[in-house]
Amino acid sequence: MRPSRLHIPKHHSRPGETPDFSYLELAPAGATQRPDINTRVRDMNGLAFELVRVIDDGHTAVGPWNPHLDPPELQVGLRHMMLTRAFDDRMQRMQRAGKTSFYMRSLGEEAVAVAQGMALRPTDMLFPSYRQQGLYVVRGRPLVDLMCQLLSNTRDMCKGRQLPIMYHWRDGNIFSISGNLTTQFPQAVGWAMAAAIKGTDDIAATWIGEGSSAEADFHHAMLFASVYEAPVILNVVNNQWAISTFQGFAGGEHRSFAARGPGFGMAGLRVDGNDFLAVYAVTRWAAERARNGFGPTIIEHVTYRGAAHSTSDDPARYRPKDDYERWPLGDPVERLKNHLIDLGEWSEERHAALAKEMDEHVVASWKEAVTYGTLTEAPRLDAHLMFEDVFKEMPEHLKKQEAELRAERAEK
Amino acid sequence: MAQMNMIQALNSAMDIMLGRDPGVVILGEDVGFFGGVFRVTDGLQRKYGEHRVLDTPIAEGGIVAAAIGMGVNGLRPVAEIQFADYIYPAYDQIVSELARLRYRSAGEFFAPVTIRTPCGGGIRGGQTHSQSPEGVFAHVSGLKVVMPSNPYDAKGLLISAIEDDDPVVFFEPKRIYNGPFDGDPNKPAVPWSTHPKGDVPEGYYTVPIGKCDVVREGGDVTIVTYGTMVHVCEAAARSLGLDAEIIDVRTMVPLDVETLVNSVQKTGRCVVAHEATRFGGYGGELSATIQEECFWHLEAPILRVAGWDTPYPHAFEWEYFPGQARVAAALRTVMEAAA
Repeated sequence: MRPSRLHIPKHHSRPGETPDFSYLELAPAGATQRPDINTRVRDMNGLAFELVRVIDDGHTAVGPWNPHLDPPELQVGLRHMMLTRAFDDRMQRMQRAGKTSFYMRSLGEEAVAVAQGMALRPTDMLFPSYRQQGLYVVRGRPLVDLMCQLLSNTRDMCKGRQLPIMYHWRDGNIFSISGNLTTQFPQAVGWAMAAAIKGTDDIAATWIGEGSSAEADFHHAMLFASVYEAPVILNVVNNQWAISTFQGFAGGEHRSFAARGPGFGMAGLRVDGNDFLAVYAVTRWAAERARNGFGPTIIEHVTYRGAAHSTSDDPARYRPKDDYERWPLGDPVERLKNHLIDLGEWSEERHAALAKEMDEHVVASWKEAVTYGTLTEAPRLDAHLMFEDVFKEMPEHLKKQEAELRAERAEK
Repeated sequence: MAQMNMIQALNSAMDIMLGRDPGVVILGEDVGFFGGVFRVTDGLQRKYGEHRVLDTPIAEGGIVAAAIGMGVNGLRPVAEIQFADYIYPAYDQIVSELARLRYRSAGEFFAPVTIRTPCGGGIRGGQTHSQSPEGVFAHVSGLKVVMPSNPYDAKGLLISAIEDDDPVVFFEPKRIYNGPFDGDPNKPAVPWSTHPKGDVPEGYYTVPIGKCDVVREGGDVTIVTYGTMVHVCEAAARSLGLDAEIIDVRTMVPLDVETLVNSVQKTGRCVVAHEATRFGGYGGELSATIQEECFWHLEAPILRVAGWDTPYPHAFEWEYFPGQARVAAALRTVMEAAA
């Protein structure tokens, strides 16, 4: 007889060790079947355990999931990813220079937000987490507006109430980022239920990290989406890390996150999250499925958090320094770039020129944004804005407190 | 006018709003085909269909989250949490999301959700079917909190809540669903047909959120209370022969401070009574607010009457419940205090 035992999920590698990604179950590009959108869940459970990949190691698009996008569309996708990365790089440096309090980069995960944003309709409602800034780039929100939010300045869309990166955009159909994890997941399902009740063909899409799938809200979202067959895409961005905690502690050791889907009777897909074409293709598939009344899909994006969790985090304390370079699924920007070069539709020169253009655009946007103030430099927001929007109309007790603050400031 | 108990009045409010506004939807556990465990949504699914009155999984967090998403998509959801004691799995969605969505998005997004939930004891519910957690929600910025004490107010306040663009947590004291209960469990039950507030208009009307109701004018002492305790306090004051001014707070947030202050400045004495636990409870907020505004008019310290600071025990329900004796004791103390 063996004594009972407590299993502690084992980290793939620690600082100073050689990164070991042998735990990943990979598949060659083109190997995974593409079922019709009306396929019953029970007939495609395997998708949750396989890996949809399109761009192969020779940079060629292969297999049934190839979305056959035209080169100009691919170039737009590359441009969006590169702008996202240039924006992230500059904002990281501005935080280090003390201009903002906080930032979160999406390095290595750009294909998820950008390809998905492009695969959905502008009227589809997006409920992102904090690492899908690419959605704002795809939907065309000026960077200046995002920067003003980061700066909590006089043009801050959040009026100084939210931590940097917690954007929202009603007119762009992008929901407010909470800061509390996973809360948006079941809300997106509710939104999708309402779309179906109203009889529209708009769908909702929402994103969390694999670590956040541990929250009860994940279960609520999966349950409500499957019970009501809501037109929603539930994305789990498995970037392997929840701050310092690797995906094994969210339950990723024994089953893929996509496999939560079949457990609920929901379509589950596992996709190479660094493969722009694969992410685009599975999103279109899930969107058409939802839009045509065949129900929700959970998509697990297998990717890697190339940067720190946030500017407050130091990954050198818990993982090898060179692990991102050794990530077996590569870098999403490099992979799309090489694919375009392979097609004869791109070159190193054009790539360098585009990178420069993106940097210049970011720098020019920043120069404009700071003219509207920073967290510490004038012009500044009126502190009395804190009393607005608690309720639609300000009740008496808040009017009274606002007057107290006014008096308190007058005495200074 | 019709004779209605609170269940019928609340049902009528939802019936009217489902009819007036195609965006109104009802969701909750057992609310659809069955009509709710307290029958408050009885017949509504039959009348308006399965897409307007939705049975849900047993997942309060999911119910409220789904309601928020629906509200963001232009609907006006009324979510039922079967017992207030079950509301805590939804607490994060209510406090971190529903209450603050308008604020954090600077007014771009909001979810006009009403959460109905039966509260209070006196029905042999034990510690998981008797709680009064209104104070827990009143403490949260961005929520309106309501608790009616009679059928007329219940219907008018629920219509106001559903029409309100801010989130409202709507507590229904279940002990008085069927009749005004004066705190004496040994007396035969009294139906709402014996009470003037059981006369309820059949059509649309509203009772404003943010206004107290002076249930009885008087000069000796002000009793500030709400929910089931309105009826207990009325009986206690009557038994002492006091000319008490009794104020039904009705909405915890926003609080109608003016009505309270005017009364206590007139009477100079005040007892605050609720069924919820005392420590850190909403009565402390009432008492402190009144003291700040009325200190120089007070003839005696403001006393609180409340449930004990224990869970609500099944076998000792009536020893726990702040009945007439506890209210009367506080009233006597306040009246005997020397000016």
